[in-house]
Amino acid sequence: MSFLLGSGAGFSGDRTDAAVAVVAELIKRQQPSALVFETLGERTLAAAHRAMRDDPESGFEPLLDELLAPVLRDCLDHNIKIIGNFGAANPSGACQVVADLARQLGRDDIRIAQVHGDDIRQQLHSLDLERWEAERLEMPGDEALISANVYLGAKALAEALAMQADVVVTGRVADPALFLAPLMHHFNWRWDDWDRLACGMMAGHLAECGAQVSGGYFADPGFKDVPGLATVGYPIIEVEQDGSLIITKPANTGGCVTEQTVKEQLLYEVHDPANYLTPDVTVDLSHAEVRQLSPNRVAVTGIRGKPAPERLKTTVCYEGGWQGEAEISYAGPNALARAQLAAQVLRERLVFRAPAELRTRLDIIGLASVFDSDSGELQRSTSPSTSGDYRLRLAAEHSERRWVARATQELLALYCAGPAGGGGVRRQFQRRVFTASYLVKRSDIHAHASLFETNLNGVSRSDRYVAN
Amino acid sequence: MLQTEHNPRTKRTHTAVTLHQIAHARAGDKGERLNVALFAYDSDHYATLLEQVTEERVLALFAHRGASRVRRYPLPNLAGMNFVIDDVLQGGVNGALNLDGHGKTLSFLLLSLEVNI
Repeated sequence: MSFLLGSGAGFSGDRTDAAVAVVAELIKRQQPSALVFETLGERTLAAAHRAMRDDPESGFEPLLDELLAPVLRDCLDHNIKIIGNFGAANPSGACQVVADLARQLGRDDIRIAQVHGDDIRQQLHSLDLERWEAERLEMPGDEALISANVYLGAKALAEALAMQADVVVTGRVADPALFLAPLMHHFNWRWDDWDRLACGMMAGHLAECGAQVSGGYFADPGFKDVPGLATVGYPIIEVEQDGSLIITKPANTGGCVTEQTVKEQLLYEVHDPANYLTPDVTVDLSHAEVRQLSPNRVAVTGIRGKPAPERLKTTVCYEGGWQGEAEISYAGPNALARAQLAAQVLRERLVFRAPAELRTRLDIIGLASVFDSDSGELQRSTSPSTSGDYRLRLAAEHSERRWVARATQELLALYCAGPAGGGGVRRQFQRRVFTASYLVKRSDIHAHASLFETNLNGVSRSDRYVAN
Repeated sequence: MLQTEHNPRTKRTHTAVTLHQIAHARAGDKGERLNVALFAYDSDHYATLLEQVTEERVLALFAHRGASRVRRYPLPNLAGMNFVIDDVLQGGVNGALNLDGHGKTLSFLLLSLEVNI
C-alpha cells in the first residue's frame, strides 16, 4: 500500500483553506498519510527573528492558527501526521499554539515534537564556513547579524515521528525533507539507500510549493489553460515502498496535474539536474521521465540518488538598511511623455536632495519594468504608444531611513510640482534584510527532536493574556 | 514572417515564431542565480530548442541585466532543458530594487526569444 503525502501550504502567505480538501481526500483513501505545511522562505525566517525581538512570544508562522484550525481535529482522529516548518525562529512558541488549539478541541492527549539544531547564530563565527559557490556577499559583522540557520535533513524529523508525535514542528529544514521524513519513518528505508532517498526527496520537491505542481503558477490562457484556478487542489503524492511516485490531487478541486505541470515543478529552483543537492541525498533527475496515467495522475520515474554532500547549506540573514518605493500614475493623451518628464524631474531633484550613495531605480510600469535593468536600458529601447496608462515607480535604498524617506517624499511632491495629471501616489518603506549562503561541516551540526511539554499548569497562552 | 532557406538538398520553408508559441517555461531563484526550465509542447520541437536556444543567445538576451554566465542542461526525456543564469537578479530577492526581485517573471523574457521552425 502506498504512503500518501499531502501538501497544506507551499509558502508563508499561501491559501489557508487549501488543506481542507487535501485532508478530506486523505481520510477517504484510508491509507497511512502525512500533511505537510511549508511556510518558511529565505526571508521569512529573518522577519520571524525580528518579530521575536519585539515580542518573545512571536517568531513563528503568523497564520499558524488559521492554517491548522480547520484540519487539526480530522488529522488527529485519522492519524494523519502533521509536519511543518511553521516553527520558524520560535518552534516552541509554535508548539504552544498547536497545544492550545488541541486543548480547545478537547484533545489534551496530543503529542507534539520539536526539532532542534538549525539555529547556529551563537556558534556561527567559530564554525568552519565555506562560501556557497554563487554567493557574492561578505560575511557581516556580529552587530548586523539577524539569523543563521542550517538547512537540516530529514533525520531529526523521522526521530520525532518515532516518538509517536502527531505534529512535528521545525524551524529551518530543507523543504523536501519535510516530506521525506514520514516516508523514512513509514518505509524504514536505509539512510544510504540513495535511490529511494532520492525518490522521497523528489516527492517532497514536487509537493513543497503546494499548487505549483497541480495547476498553480502555470496558466497561460490560450496556451496552457487550467480549470478552476480559484479552487485549485493542492497536491497529494502517492509513494510506494520501492520509491515509485504518482502525483495527483483531491477529487472535486480545480487545477490539473499533467505532464507539463509536473515537468515545470520538477526543475523548479534546480541547477545541475544531475546533482541536485539536498542534506540527505544528491539527486540525479537527468534521466527522469513523466507519464500521464489518467486524468490528474502523473507518474515520475527514473530518479536516481548518490551520496549526500559533505556540507550543509546555511543561510545567514543580516541588516540591510532601508528600502523604499513610491509610485505615481499618468494616463491618457501624451501620458508617456509626462511620466518620462516626472522621472527626469526626480533624477534632477535627487542629485541635490539626497546623498550620492543613495541607490535608486526608476521604472515606467506599462513601458518596461520587471524585465528591465536598474539603468533602464529597455525603457530607452522600447517604442511604445505615447498615450496609455503608465505608472512611474521609484525604488531607493540607503543604510539610513531618512534618505529613503526623503527620496519617496520627492516623488510625492510631484503631485503639485511635477507634470500635469499625475495621480494615485503610494509610498512605503521598510527595513531590508540581506542574506548570504555558506556551507558548514555536517559534523558541526547536532540536530535532534524532543517531545514538547505543554505549558505549565495547563495555562494556555491565550489564558495568560486574559490574566494579564 | 516567412523565410526560405537556400539549401539545395532540403529546400524547406521556415517560419519565425516566439518560443512562447512552441514551449513553456518556469523560473526559480537562489541568491543571484536564476534557473529557467524550458520545455517543448511537442517533442518534435525539442531539436529546434537544442539547435537554436543556445547558451550564447540566452546570455545575449539577459546581457542588459548583467548576466555573466549561462549554462544549459539538456533534458531529452522531458523534451526540455534547464538554463542556469548567473548574476542576472541585480541583488536577488533581498538586494534588488526591481519590482520582481526573484526574477519570477523572467521565464517569459526567455519565451519572447525568436526561433525558426
